[in-house]
Amino acid sequence: MAVLTCRGLRKEFGGHVVLDGLDLTVAEHQVVALIGASGSGKSTLLRCVNLLEELDDGTIELDGEEISDPRVDPDRVRRRIGMVFQSYNLFPHLTVLQNVTLAPRRVHRRARADAEAQARDLLDRVGLGAKADAYPDRLSGGQQQRVAIVRALANQPRLMLLDEVTSALDPELVGEVLAMIRDLKADGMTMVLATHEMGFAREVADQVCFLDSGRVVEAGPPGQVLGEPTQPRTRQFLRRIIEAGRL
Amino acid sequence: MSLLAYTPSAAQRRRAAYRRRQTVRSVLVAAASTATLGTLLVLAVTGAPGWDRVRESFLDPAIARDALPAVLSGLWLNIRLLVLCAAGALLLGLLVALLRTLRGPVFFPVRALAAGYTYTFRGLPLIIVLYVLTLGVPGLRLQGMPPVLVLGGLALVLTYGGYLAEVFRAGIESIHPSQLAAARSLGLTYRQTMRHVVLPQAVRRVAPPLLNDVVALQKDVGLVSLAGPIDAVRAAQIATAQTFNYTPYILAGVLFVLLAIPLIAVTDWVTLRAARRQSGG
Ligand SMILES: Nc1ncnc2c1ncn2[C@@H]1O[C@H](COP(=O)(O)OP(=O)(O)OP(=O)(O)O)[C@@H](O)[C@H]1O
Ligand SMILES: [Mg+2]
Repeated sequence: MAVLTCRGLRKEFGGHVVLDGLDLTVAEHQVVALIGASGSGKSTLLRCVNLLEELDDGTIELDGEEISDPRVDPDRVRRRIGMVFQSYNLFPHLTVLQNVTLAPRRVHRRARADAEAQARDLLDRVGLGAKADAYPDRLSGGQQQRVAIVRALANQPRLMLLDEVTSALDPELVGEVLAMIRDLKADGMTMVLATHEMGFAREVADQVCFLDSGRVVEAGPPGQVLGEPTQPRTRQFLRRIIEAGRL
Repeated sequence: MSLLAYTPSAAQRRRAAYRRRQTVRSVLVAAASTATLGTLLVLAVTGAPGWDRVRESFLDPAIARDALPAVLSGLWLNIRLLVLCAAGALLLGLLVALLRTLRGPVFFPVRALAAGYTYTFRGLPLIIVLYVLTLGVPGLRLQGMPPVLVLGGLALVLTYGGYLAEVFRAGIESIHPSQLAAARSLGLTYRQTMRHVVLPQAVRRVAPPLLNDVVALQKDVGLVSLAGPIDAVRAAQIATAQTFNYTPYILAGVLFVLLAIPLIAVTDWVTLRAARRQSGG
């Protein structure tokens, strides 16, 4: 069964239509990459799925439950979805360990020792165990972003939403974050990721969706969408990317 | 760190020696200029034609000694009022600031009330609030009317609560929306987000201006004496009226400054620490 099903999503900001009848289905253990020009609505789509934006039309189902129903408690939905932002958004007043344990302790009401043990385990696994008691401003960008991913994982989400998680990073730090996402895929995590890293999309994604004018214009296996696109707009977008030397 | 012993290069040693010399030089220059300026000031004041008259009527040690007990007991009132009113005003300010951030139509009346409160009490002169509460309200002759001191304290809390609410609100609004999005995306409720993510950062950011207002409050608590209770300044006034000598005022002033020094020092320290954290140092 599909983990995530979006049907006819519409979202506008003051008359400017960003999502215009968008459909998207994500199966369990699948990794879907969203590509598209800047302003094509990738972030908006992810924020809608996480109920951080109110929809103007359409429905979203998570594990068959309609979460776009206004009677659904958004807090209960969000704890089943992990979200990682381009700008990390770690809490600067909390240590790495406190960042990671905040949701397990306050949302899932787990005992402190229990939550900390789980957090240390997760941090160890990504090589950040030594940084557990550091504050975020002492970490490199790549380390901060990896902590942000761990923080989202600590909720044991059904679905991970990753919004251009490497765009704010220096090139030599991108690799460590991508490696972590690769491991997540190997563990069978279901993920939707907005990205400008076409090479990475090709490698890690099961499906690539090209967004334009608020819709998924073309979707399919990466080899097909990035290699032999059928839609003129996809071809045009990819040509520009190649000219910019990003593929 | 390398395990090999590190010896500074000749250039580094020369630099270090130069910096040490510079430090010693700066201290000497500062001491010399302070001593010169101090001497000039003392000479100018004590050499003034009216100095003896001024010393008699403002700096009489015998009168200071006589007035000390009364002024001190007045100061004790200032201190108690300061502690209670500062705590009350901080709590009220925080509460009002939080109420003003609530969203949704249900909370419209609460928001309006909170906004009306801050507008009113930031605009009203403290003296008028004091008179209304300490002289007007007891005039109602209601049962169980609290003593005048409590009413005066309430006037201070209401007035300063209005200022502090705005300081708190500025702090809350200075937290970037991406922090809220991050917290909500983890499943934290609005209240948990406020409590664990927004407020801790906001309060840290506005601690210097908050403490600054507490220092100002310290000078204003004495105004309750307008309604009868005797604070340090009022005690000095009474002593002055008896002796026709202004020394008690100077005494009260010195005590006020002594009382303020620790508070101001804490404020400076917190400000410095906040500035350091801001620059990520
Ligand atoms: N809160 C908002 N208010 C008004 N307009 C918004 C808001 N959020 C997004 N938009 C607009 O919606 C459009 C889509 O934005 P979005 O951030 O989803 O694009 P994106 O595909 O993620 O772009 P990028 O690749 O640059 O991140 C943009 O034109 C943006 O200006
Ligand atoms: Mg975006």
